[in-house]
Amino acid sequence: MDDLMRDFLAETTESLSILDLELVKFEKTPDDADILMNIFRLVHTIKGTCGFLGLSRLERVAHAGEDVLGRFRDGALQPNAAAVSLILACIDRIREIIAALEDTGSEPAGSDEVLIEQLRALAAGDAVIPAAAPSAEPAVATPAPQAEHLEAAPTEGGGAAAPLMAEAGYPMAAEMVAEVEAALAAGQKAASEAEILADCRSEAETADMERPDDYGVAAAEETAASAAAAYTGLDRRTGSDRRSGDDRRDTAASAQSIRVSVDVLETLMTMVSELVLTRNNLLQMVRGRDDSEFAEPLQRLSLITTDLQEGVMKTRMQPVGNAWGKLPRIVRDLAMETGKKLDLQMIGAETELDRQVLELIKDPLTHMVRNSADHGVEMPEERIRAGKPETGTVTLRAFHEGGHIIIEVSDDGRGLNTRKIRRKAADLGLVSEAELESMSDAQVQQLIFRPGFSTAEKVTNVSGRGVGMDVVKTNIEKIGGTVELKSTSGKGSVFTIKIPLTLAIVSALIVECGGERFAVPQLSVRELVRVSPSGEHSVEVINDSPVLRLRNSLLPLVSLHGLLKLEQSRKITDGDFFVVVTQVGAQNFGVVVDQVFDTEEIVVKPVARMLRKIPFYSGNTILGDGRVIMILDPNGIATAIGQATLASAAEEVEAVAHHSDQRASLIVFRAGDEERKAVPMALVARLESIDLASVERANDRHVVQYRGRLMPLVHLGSEPDWSSGGTRSVLVFSDQDRYAGVVVDEIIDIIEERLEVGLSSERQGILGTAVINGKATDLVDIAYHLTRAFSDWFGPAEDMSTSRHPEISRSRRLLLVDDSPFFLNLLTPQLAVMGFEVTTAESAEQALSLRDRGVRVDLIISDIEMPGMNGFEFAQAVLSDGRWGQVPMIALSSHVTKAYRERGKQAGFLDYVPKSRREELLRVLNQTLEGLGEAA
Amino acid sequence: MTAKPREPQPRSAAAVGCGTEIEYLSFFVDGQMFGLPLLSVQDVLDARTLTPIPLAPPEVAGALNLRGRIITAINTRRRLGLGGAAVEGRRMSVVVEHEGELYNLIVDRVGDVLHLSVEDCEENPATLDPMWRDLSTGIYRLENNLLVVLDVNKLLTFTT
Repeated sequence: MDDLMRDFLAETTESLSILDLELVKFEKTPDDADILMNIFRLVHTIKGTCGFLGLSRLERVAHAGEDVLGRFRDGALQPNAAAVSLILACIDRIREIIAALEDTGSEPAGSDEVLIEQLRALAAGDAVIPAAAPSAEPAVATPAPQAEHLEAAPTEGGGAAAPLMAEAGYPMAAEMVAEVEAALAAGQKAASEAEILADCRSEAETADMERPDDYGVAAAEETAASAAAAYTGLDRRTGSDRRSGDDRRDTAASAQSIRVSVDVLETLMTMVSELVLTRNNLLQMVRGRDDSEFAEPLQRLSLITTDLQEGVMKTRMQPVGNAWGKLPRIVRDLAMETGKKLDLQMIGAETELDRQVLELIKDPLTHMVRNSADHGVEMPEERIRAGKPETGTVTLRAFHEGGHIIIEVSDDGRGLNTRKIRRKAADLGLVSEAELESMSDAQVQQLIFRPGFSTAEKVTNVSGRGVGMDVVKTNIEKIGGTVELKSTSGKGSVFTIKIPLTLAIVSALIVECGGERFAVPQLSVRELVRVSPSGEHSVEVINDSPVLRLRNSLLPLVSLHGLLKLEQSRKITDGDFFVVVTQVGAQNFGVVVDQVFDTEEIVVKPVARMLRKIPFYSGNTILGDGRVIMILDPNGIATAIGQATLASAAEEVEAVAHHSDQRASLIVFRAGDEERKAVPMALVARLESIDLASVERANDRHVVQYRGRLMPLVHLGSEPDWSSGGTRSVLVFSDQDRYAGVVVDEIIDIIEERLEVGLSSERQGILGTAVINGKATDLVDIAYHLTRAFSDWFGPAEDMSTSRHPEISRSRRLLLVDDSPFFLNLLTPQLAVMGFEVTTAESAEQALSLRDRGVRVDLIISDIEMPGMNGFEFAQAVLSDGRWGQVPMIALSSHVTKAYRERGKQAGFLDYVPKSRREELLRVLNQTLEGLGEAA
Repeated sequence: MTAKPREPQPRSAAAVGCGTEIEYLSFFVDGQMFGLPLLSVQDVLDARTLTPIPLAPPEVAGALNLRGRIITAINTRRRLGLGGAAVEGRRMSVVVEHEGELYNLIVDRVGDVLHLSVEDCEENPATLDPMWRDLSTGIYRLENNLLVVLDVNKLLTFTT
């Protein structure tokens, strides 16, 4: 195969993948002239080039397709699904021929007459035949049996077809030689509009002259007529499009690129990696010798190496969208074949990753999307029955996190059927019955990754062709990645692929712990703090867990000694240590190490397979001195200390839906008097120090300027001496965009404690007294104090007075649904004081997922205005299902009108209470409970 | 290493026909002789600095740098269930490939390359340690020694 042919194949393959994308877009927006022009140009270029190369079969197919596109262009033909399918079929045929060309170096024998006739008929405006046509020639519509088709083709093709092709093909070739030569001379790659127009004209003449011999008079007349119509259309458009045409010419001329073999890039990359390591080695040798004559040239070498490394890296980075190019087409075809309505959402297509990695995940990704669309999403009727939108959505999302790229493939379909999986696993003998018995649903779901497992009942054309999820998993693990699966029955499934940016050079901090050195990716290191008992920062132990007080926030610490089971000579509280403040997602934590060295550029290499089970390493590398060093994985460490941010949906639900009888963090402080007071930590937005001198008086209130706003300050107990100066600690509360500060005398501690309110209080602003850390502590009713700062903190102002909390004798399970975490945190302790066992959910969806997980409740209080499912819909969803159907519900809203009350009643709420009137809520709760008591 | 002037081996009685001979690299751990097919051996190294890997399975001795590649060192003594401390002094190791990754089997001493006939290879005797039986493909009775032939893939597949 000569170079010309190779280039043609590479270029055409590229064009074809663009064509797939463009055509699907075109189907959605048939009016977009730019897309159409682009499609037209691509097909035209293919046709032109194969004419030049003497590929007559290819050329005829492309030509027929171009004719139809020409008719779309001038509006003589309305594109519909059938027409687009036919064009896609035409492109598939081109692809088949190209594939054979690549294999054998020459066009395969065969006839395309059926397809060409269909295209011709379509171009002539006969829309009926094409609609049924694709099924008449199955090899065209389905990509799978391609090889079979090529084999079968000769029998179908023999005889008369062959010479006919040659006749129609070669005259065109001569014309194309001239065209291509001219284009080459002009330094252009793609044909411009003007040229296409010229081509079309001459082709029309050729067609007029020659085709009657081949196709009969009637067909020729039709073609000529359609062609003529197309060209006038072109003429008309050329004027208005000239500008954009010129623009394109510019970009075509300026987009200078060359094709480089991947092997060359790979070799380059390896060499640069080695160069970086050697550079590091040299730097290490010269370091500490100020007078070295090598220092200066070495620094230059270092800079150049860095630049070179970046440059080479750039050649390897590609947006992940490149691997997604085929997917819209696949999903579209799938929708057509199965009769489903499918929407493919692609988010984060611009996220860049290593080209090598990209290549490797292309197939697994395609398979997963197919799987989600084919097995995950239900048929439209089934979806409507399940109360879901008719159109199923498959979402692809890519983003970077902590040196990894995460790709999620999710669908809103039926989820995995664990019962079916169990049965099938047993039938296939993958696991024993006994094992199955002891497996949780989540474990059962993982079975789909076992070799030889395919969940589809029927093996469809689309997926389930023997390539199972096990292959996907193996391929991803091959590059050091992981696949996670979370599936909820009826809600859909989420596959999360996490791929390390292997081979990439990253900057890492070298630390030492227990005599061993480790690398921490600089990306997740926020700062370094030195701790010692006598120094500015010291480690405190709160409730058996070490913390570091850092700028008024408490940082949980984890010791690398403990984590990696290394020897530790000194206790963490008395000795010099370094804390590597690490950020993973939104979570911060400190990793305690013995010693910190400087940062080094490292080439991340995946760890050996047998070590991949250890969650704390993301790779290993060779340092400048030639030693091997393990690279720590901040994500793994975060997970280990229970702050996983990569927690998948189900885990999140679990995390948020905490019970009040679990431990809560409380801030213990003194204010006004000597008594210890406490508020739940979750309510407090920040702890601040405020200079009393900066406190101003406005509108009979004390305010301070805070983050560009005025923050009202309230105090507990006796009034502080505002004029005395000095600084005071302030608990800052925030809801939406408002702040309010509570001035306290001293923050004593932050304690994690089971919240048990013993005595309820008579005093205003105090909820009750609890034993916290062995001492009696008043639990402050922050709501009372906040309404002093903002009378309308909880919605429209209403007169507010606290009332006695009635004691509820029996523990009742109460579910509180509100999208404001602040409100949840605020109300939970109050309800706990009343004796409820409170479960919270931040959305109706979350609440329903609690139901699905079998959580039982006795009473539901729900907000009305919530994103996603609102309170009314939530109430209906609760009533429609037996599990919670009998549970009384109370609506709680800041929006109270008569109409809303009515709607609430209709939706099934027993009562409708304004958020600002807590006493009414308490009254209603009492009433409801009395009712419950009677019923029970 | 693979260029082999064919010297007749002391025990060449069964070296009949062509292509029935296999070359083995012999090595010793705790006094026992083991063999690996020479074709699966990539390199033989002397003692090197190892980087310990915390939390790794006990059979993993650490990682080391071999000409820019990171290879995992295996405590062969431990893997073979042999007790006792490693022999002090110059320990050696045999580098093998397993599923595309390099591993370094730390042994007490590396012996000669032996040309042995396939037909002489015997089934593992029932008396062989059950642990070795799983790891071995057969044994050779040599004049002074018993050579246990190890299966690289099985040797490097362990679940802990």
